[in-house]
Amino acid sequence: MLSAAARAEIEAHLKKYPTKRSAIIPALYIAQRAHGYLTPEAIRDVAQVLELEPTEVRSVAGFYSLFYKEPVGKHVIHFCNDLPCALRGADEFLKKLCARLGVEPHGTTGDGMFTVEPAMCLAACDRAPLMQVDLDYFENLTEEKLDEILDGFRTGTIQTDAASVIKSELA
Amino acid sequence: MEHVILRHRNIPDLHRLEVYQAHGGYEGWHKAVTEMKPDALIDLVKASGLRGRGGAGFPAGLKWSFIPKDIFPKYVVVNADESEPGTFKDREIIERNPHQLIEGVALACYAVQAGTGYIYLRGEFKQPARILQKALDEARAAGLIGQNLFGTNYSLDIQLHLGAGAYICGEETALLESLEGKLGQPRNRPPFPALVGLYSKPTVINNVETLANVPPIALNGADWYKKLGTEKSPGTKVFCLSGRVNRPGNYELPLGTPFRVLIEDLGGGIIGGKALKGILPAGASALILPASAIDVPMDYESVAAAGSMLGSASIIVLDETVDILWATEKMVRFFRHESCGKCTPCREGTHWLVREMERIRRGEGKPQDIDLLLDITKNMSGKCFCLLGDFATSSIVSTIKHFRGEYEAATRTNGQ
Repeated sequence: MLSAAARAEIEAHLKKYPTKRSAIIPALYIAQRAHGYLTPEAIRDVAQVLELEPTEVRSVAGFYSLFYKEPVGKHVIHFCNDLPCALRGADEFLKKLCARLGVEPHGTTGDGMFTVEPAMCLAACDRAPLMQVDLDYFENLTEEKLDEILDGFRTGTIQTDAASVIKSELA
Repeated sequence: MEHVILRHRNIPDLHRLEVYQAHGGYEGWHKAVTEMKPDALIDLVKASGLRGRGGAGFPAGLKWSFIPKDIFPKYVVVNADESEPGTFKDREIIERNPHQLIEGVALACYAVQAGTGYIYLRGEFKQPARILQKALDEARAAGLIGQNLFGTNYSLDIQLHLGAGAYICGEETALLESLEGKLGQPRNRPPFPALVGLYSKPTVINNVETLANVPPIALNGADWYKKLGTEKSPGTKVFCLSGRVNRPGNYELPLGTPFRVLIEDLGGGIIGGKALKGILPAGASALILPASAIDVPMDYESVAAAGSMLGSASIIVLDETVDILWATEKMVRFFRHESCGKCTPCREGTHWLVREMERIRRGEGKPQDIDLLLDITKNMSGKCFCLLGDFATSSIVSTIKHFRGEYEAATRTNGQ
């Protein structure tokens, strides 16, 4: 079940658009926050608020790579190994990241802390190697820096803000 | 070099409203709303010769003039879905000079008399979106965006919208579909968005950098702008330099600057003093140019004449150590991943291109596989629903053209 606060947040997004359907992406982000991925219940709840069929919502959710249909780690790492980054050693660095976490690409650590996803260009090619953790940028990585970041997430000294970025009040 | 777009490099804290306003910010906006007729603003942008910076290079003022006067509401949609491999200019504009973008959006809205502007940012731009939202809030609080602006009867609302991870949404009609809450898949054209766009209403879609050019034009005039760049490609352009260079980054330069100045002078040359092998002038979508293109001027006409396109000007530099087949496989993998699946030539073609490249790189390719690759591209080129399908073939076609020897060496041992 969507919390009352989540429902209110989705309702506020509706004011930005002339159709309810336009709020589907913001609504799915909000619904995904509760469990880190989109449960069938979350899909149904979003469909109900937007007055759509659950299958329509599921098909939209399935199209976009930032919506997860299966459980993921507490923190999702998107590591860019696309061509511009790979020209600056990103493939080798990704191997080191995976080795440190004991996972293969697309895998989740045994403790459920991290999922590692290789990413297509993240618009930071001049700062490779780089990754996003929960969509926050961590750039110009070195092995030392990487260790600090992973430790920081494990100990809670680094936190990413999962709250909705875009406010919904009208001008 | 005087910056027109990356002015924050000269002016600290330009992202703050009071700093932006202290440097002429929103003066053009105030003047337009209080003193100019919308058509006069369109004429001004037409006269400046400003061309779209998202890739196609279409004249911005002309695009605005296609919007019918008698159909309401109308929309301005900003393409901030910056996803082309090697492109990172819009992000810098959004994060460091957000008010110049907002003022550009506002001017575009006024020019076509749209009451709402939507800025569509790629989902991965959570942090840039946060900065932009803050700037937008500041502009609203200062009465620069909102109801009855400057005591006139013109009202404007600007909203941000985050995507959720799909390269195809940079294609303007796919972006509109996504903004309407559907799968981000391209629409058939005609009708064009100028007539039937967002919510089936007349819609202007411009790139972030294009709109960031508009406030300086509104403030300083078309003649001032035309003094920058070349006759057919006026103004400056933000070039994204990446790959095997010492100083990658964004460089704002007059259009028509040769690749050599960007790569050797500004970019500090190639890492380790190696030799240049090839240049991708517009990310993974571009036909690769050989090292001999180093003196080609970077403007729309010259890069096209040299056999590629300037596109969004994301220049990826490959040096002599780069395995061309490896780089090409990376690029076709990108397009396979990002194909939206709507049309068969792209969905299936990108799949087969990756399979063939994998086979050749595993050492299992035969000499005839080179022509097979070209045959697949012929079945895609011009036959896909949108340009993404055509772009997916660029790396294959152009690397076989310029580096066929590497394909032959990789397939030679397997005979016929």
